[in-house]
Amino acid sequence: MGKIDIDGLVRPGGREIHRDVFTDQDIFQQEMKTVFRRTWVYVGHDSQVQNKGDFYTTTIGNQPVIMVRHTDDQIQVLLNRCPHKGVKLVEDTNGSTGKFFRCPYHAWSFKTDGSPLGIPFNKGYEETGFDTSCAKKGMCKVSNVQNYRGFIFARLSDEGESFEDFFTGSLSSIDNMIDRSPEGRLEVVGKPLRYMHKCNWKMLVDNQTDTCHPMIAHESSAGTIKRVWKSVQDETLSKPMVVELVLPFMSSYDDFEKMGIRTWDNGHGHTGVSGSIHSDYSDIDGYYGQMVDAYGKDRAESIMGETRHNTCYFPNMMVKGATQTLRLFIPIAANKTIVESWIFRLVGAPDTFLKRTAMYNRIINAPTSIVGHDDLEMYERAQEGLSVDANPWVNLQRHYREDELGGEQLHPGTSEAQMRNHYVNWARYMSTEDNS
Amino acid sequence: MSTDQQDIIHFIYAEAALIDAQKFTEWLDLYTEDALYWMPLEFDQTEEHLTTSLMYEDKLLLTVRINRLQGHRTYSQKPRSRCHHLLQTPEILEINDDEVKTKTAFHYTETRNDEQFTLVGWVEHTLKRASDGEKPGALKILRKRVNLLNPEAAHSNIQLFV
Repeated sequence: MGKIDIDGLVRPGGREIHRDVFTDQDIFQQEMKTVFRRTWVYVGHDSQVQNKGDFYTTTIGNQPVIMVRHTDDQIQVLLNRCPHKGVKLVEDTNGSTGKFFRCPYHAWSFKTDGSPLGIPFNKGYEETGFDTSCAKKGMCKVSNVQNYRGFIFARLSDEGESFEDFFTGSLSSIDNMIDRSPEGRLEVVGKPLRYMHKCNWKMLVDNQTDTCHPMIAHESSAGTIKRVWKSVQDETLSKPMVVELVLPFMSSYDDFEKMGIRTWDNGHGHTGVSGSIHSDYSDIDGYYGQMVDAYGKDRAESIMGETRHNTCYFPNMMVKGATQTLRLFIPIAANKTIVESWIFRLVGAPDTFLKRTAMYNRIINAPTSIVGHDDLEMYERAQEGLSVDANPWVNLQRHYREDELGGEQLHPGTSEAQMRNHYVNWARYMSTEDNS
Repeated sequence: MSTDQQDIIHFIYAEAALIDAQKFTEWLDLYTEDALYWMPLEFDQTEEHLTTSLMYEDKLLLTVRINRLQGHRTYSQKPRSRCHHLLQTPEILEINDDEVKTKTAFHYTETRNDEQFTLVGWVEHTLKRASDGEKPGALKILRKRVNLLNPEAAHSNIQLFV
């Protein structure tokens, strides 16, 4: 593989992006070695591993990992291979391993912090130099792991920004989602929706802050719900929850423009600064009182009044606090992405919240969702359309300003500033040399 | 086998045939006004509301779906998908004067362009006999639960009806 000319792929300010960024497998491989190693990637939530020995398996970029609660109650992230011959130690997604992992091939065993526990018939390794081998050290462990209020992030590389410097003010969106629980706690509920897309993972990231597509691409779904509801509605009935969730997708350009966009350093940003499509949901009985009791009136109202739309965390996560949803855009290949959509229970809040959250997830994020069908069609047509040689550029110039990025900045709600923010930082991470 | 049992089995086949023929308005007429179409996300899922499902749809949402399929700006159906149900003989689990429960193993195939995928599983119908109306005793679907063999897998678009 020759050296990739990153500057030739992302034009200044992120205004135009070369199609190879979405289609080239060599670039994808470099993303795995840079973007997904240098940054703090979401691994999982600590409610998935409540007891010592509980584990959850996933990936960071293309690296299989195990998130496990160690005997000291701390959460460890270990690479999922036996140091002996490479066998994946854990195949289940969830479970409990007890006090150690045991390789099914030769019964090498490891403590839940990855350190070696035992090798059967080990006198065969005497005087072989085994003591200085990689295998002797045990399972590889990710040393940079952060548990942020239950959200576990890991940085594979030893180099890169600290957790706080990487996220800066963007953590406020995760805070808001957690603070919506009167007890300040979330729990993962059920399994995630998993949705296969034949497109590049960054197209999904872009779409999270693309506010000029809902009223167009979703006319077929949200527009049909609007039309059918209008034809059957009975003045005596209150609007069904599902109608309340989907109708705002048909908001006008003007509405979205006013909602605004905020960007932070290192590629993070969100839509819905002053209100969003989640702002007008019905009150849920009993919740206001619980929140006021927990936080006091002013603080409670400020938490509930912050109804951000989509917050993108670089590189591949989106959080939606108002519906307690987290989506991961998991890169499989340049043209293949699995989207996982997770939901959380607001611990202590009425069950109606969770009912609404679960409904939102299946109506919007499922492979059976008519809203999802609209989006997937656009991504996959883009992946195919980018094969056109006559114009190799994706255009992201809407509302561009020269000084728009750096620190915390606000933008008009239909700006493509957060997409530009993503690519400017993508180019920066792609150019890093990783020596760790 | 009684005539009643034969009618029930025929009804299950006919429902699938209407989907395969894409006669969706006639298909939806087979459902009661308070009907529910449920496709859980987890194998053996029991919780209906407080966890994610793939589908949990009342007649309003099913009506939206069939309207959407006809829409001239429904780009994910340009070109249109086709589907095919291969059913095993329905098993009648319960039969009484006003309700019937059945379980039917299926292979379902859906196409789009050159591609096709197959879903496999069991569908559980709860049928209701109409007590009045034009055809007293006629069967309607009160509840249809679709249990996929692999509901948690990373599926791509599933756009028609299993």
